[in-house]
Amino acid sequence: MTAPAKALAEKLPESRGGINWFKYASPQTFYPLAGKLIPLFGWPALALALVGLYLSFFVAPTDATQGESYRIIFIHVPAAWMSMIIYLAMAFWCAVGLIFNTRLSFMMSQALAPTGAMWTFIALWTGALWGKPTWGAWWVWDARLTSELILLFLYLGYMALVAAIDDPRRADRAGAVVALVGAINVPIIYFSVKWWNTLHQGASVSVTSAPKMASIMLAGMLVMALAAWAYSVAVVLVRVRALMLERERNTDWVAQLVESSR
Amino acid sequence: MLRILFAVVRRDLLLAWRRRADVFTTLAFFVIVASLFPLGVGPEANLLRTMAPGVLWVSALLATLLSVTRLFAADYADGTLEQMLLSTEPLTLIVLGKVMAYWLVTGLPLVVLAPLLGVQFDLPQGAIGVLSLSLALGTPALSLLGGIGAALTLGLRGGGVLLALLILPLYVPVLIFGAGAVGADAAGLGAGAHLLLLGACFLSALAVSPLATAAALRIAME
Amino acid sequence: MGPLPHSMLEVDQLACLRGDALLFRGLSFCLAGGGLLHVAGRNGAGKTSLLRLLCGLMLPEEGEIRWHGKSIRAQREEYHGALLFLGHANAVKDEFSALENLRVACALAGRAVSEAQALAALDAIGLAHRVELDARHLSQGQRRRVALARLLLAETVPLWILDEPFTALDVPAVGLLARTIEAHLARGGAVIYTTHQDVPIASKSVQRIDVGEFAPC
Repeated sequence: MTAPAKALAEKLPESRGGINWFKYASPQTFYPLAGKLIPLFGWPALALALVGLYLSFFVAPTDATQGESYRIIFIHVPAAWMSMIIYLAMAFWCAVGLIFNTRLSFMMSQALAPTGAMWTFIALWTGALWGKPTWGAWWVWDARLTSELILLFLYLGYMALVAAIDDPRRADRAGAVVALVGAINVPIIYFSVKWWNTLHQGASVSVTSAPKMASIMLAGMLVMALAAWAYSVAVVLVRVRALMLERERNTDWVAQLVESSR
Repeated sequence: MLRILFAVVRRDLLLAWRRRADVFTTLAFFVIVASLFPLGVGPEANLLRTMAPGVLWVSALLATLLSVTRLFAADYADGTLEQMLLSTEPLTLIVLGKVMAYWLVTGLPLVVLAPLLGVQFDLPQGAIGVLSLSLALGTPALSLLGGIGAALTLGLRGGGVLLALLILPLYVPVLIFGAGAVGADAAGLGAGAHLLLLGACFLSALAVSPLATAAALRIAME
Repeated sequence: MGPLPHSMLEVDQLACLRGDALLFRGLSFCLAGGGLLHVAGRNGAGKTSLLRLLCGLMLPEEGEIRWHGKSIRAQREEYHGALLFLGHANAVKDEFSALENLRVACALAGRAVSEAQALAALDAIGLAHRVELDARHLSQGQRRRVALARLLLAETVPLWILDEPFTALDVPAVGLLARTIEAHLARGGAVIYTTHQDVPIASKSVQRIDVGEFAPC
């Protein structure tokens, strides 16, 4: 255990007497907390999504140039935001895990990855759906779409590596190296793809050249973004709880939990 | 400090010399992949000329990917890697030495051979020079980044495919600037900016990847 | 080598987790200069894991390993300088001759030796007539001898950790290795080893640890 972790451990009450309790106590105390937080994010996610979808499909006006098809950005833009934020969050938890040697942080990053990959996939898919009526092609090698595609590969690489390693500790730490190297690379990749795109400028329409957005459209998008945030938090907490049970299945607290739920 | 670096480079070069067939497989792979493209897209000279930088760069990238799995595999299998981890010398330097030797036997031959393939694709003379230069700057970066992947996937089932998934995304900037340099020169735009950025990629890979590779090796050996 | 302080290596309440299984917990011992530690236990009890923990190749699940009173994690390079580890694998390259193998291994460990020193060591271990031969042509026992020749060049390295050093060796080689270990102990060095063979080694201080006794029930 590293010094800061130990210092923190000494402050926490209820030692089990063993030296090991900090590592186990951490998931042990986090598990019920996560359980309480899930509905606090899950229900708002549902409510926000309903309000956001109502705003974006029934209240927001039809776009002058793009017609109805523009409405897909209400899903596309929040998904793209989440895909990038979640990768950063993953890398953050990996760094915390490597520095403080805490298992919970690795579990957090592993719980984040599938959700991040899902948002990336949604962003790509909705991008393609939007591209067909707007650009006339399902796929255009636009800088943002291409970066998003590479981000999807980074997610898949992380998940594949973690899944391929049997020993949980090696899986945690090897995955963390990949996530951190990937996080360093994300801005470089984005910049290089942008540079590549501007040099090979074809007939593509830049997304940023859209006329300024009506405030109701902006409101719809923000509500949808909040819904995406709340959904992600809730789902990640559910997944991290499952991971905790799986990883700590040989410990006393999981045994007690199983006992009490019988 | 430098003594261990040279000792490792010498050792790996000697090993490569005694197993020289491996070097030629990589080189042959590079030539064959590059020669398959004209068969796939047709012999139209203009099309091939536009495609050449990308084709040669992607071939170089795949050739690196194919051979980099072997970077630590033999040392891992026979226990030498364990001894390297227990050395009094810094592991990052040992890793750097291994990657340098690896580049000398797999990257450098690609750089030397690329002009020949450039002629096959009818690239203009200036562009061929830029192609060599871009490969000379870019392939060390490919080797360095490949080392991270090789260390992470050490001893895993299906390590080769996993390695591709892990490091190909990291190769994107190198590919863009490398192939872009040749394309920009052929288009008369000048390759200076591309080459500088490629150099920056190489230098940042040089700074980050021996550290990341050493960390990954320690994790893999646990 | 100067006089060694009382306790070189202190192992405190070590626990080792392999995959999902806790191999042992609460394992402690002290080793002083001249001390010999025989790590025993049935197959799979965690002998090799314990040696790898002691080398710092693996992180313990609990507990601490101290070298001269300081955690080995806080002084990795110094500790590696004081340590020689021979694992299951010989770290012998097929493509190199016995002489090249030995010199390369020493250089990689950060203790380069001259050709004359390496030849003398190979001579002493009984490979004098095989020094130029590629290791691929050596027998299993001869390859093991190439690896063991490193011990003869590591007189100044205080701590030797040897995993099954007697495997694949013939009777004279076993005797030679036992004498080498005795000489090292007499010099004030310490040796930790595992073996399934019953090899008598004369030493003032002998400890025996059965890893199986520390298995959690």
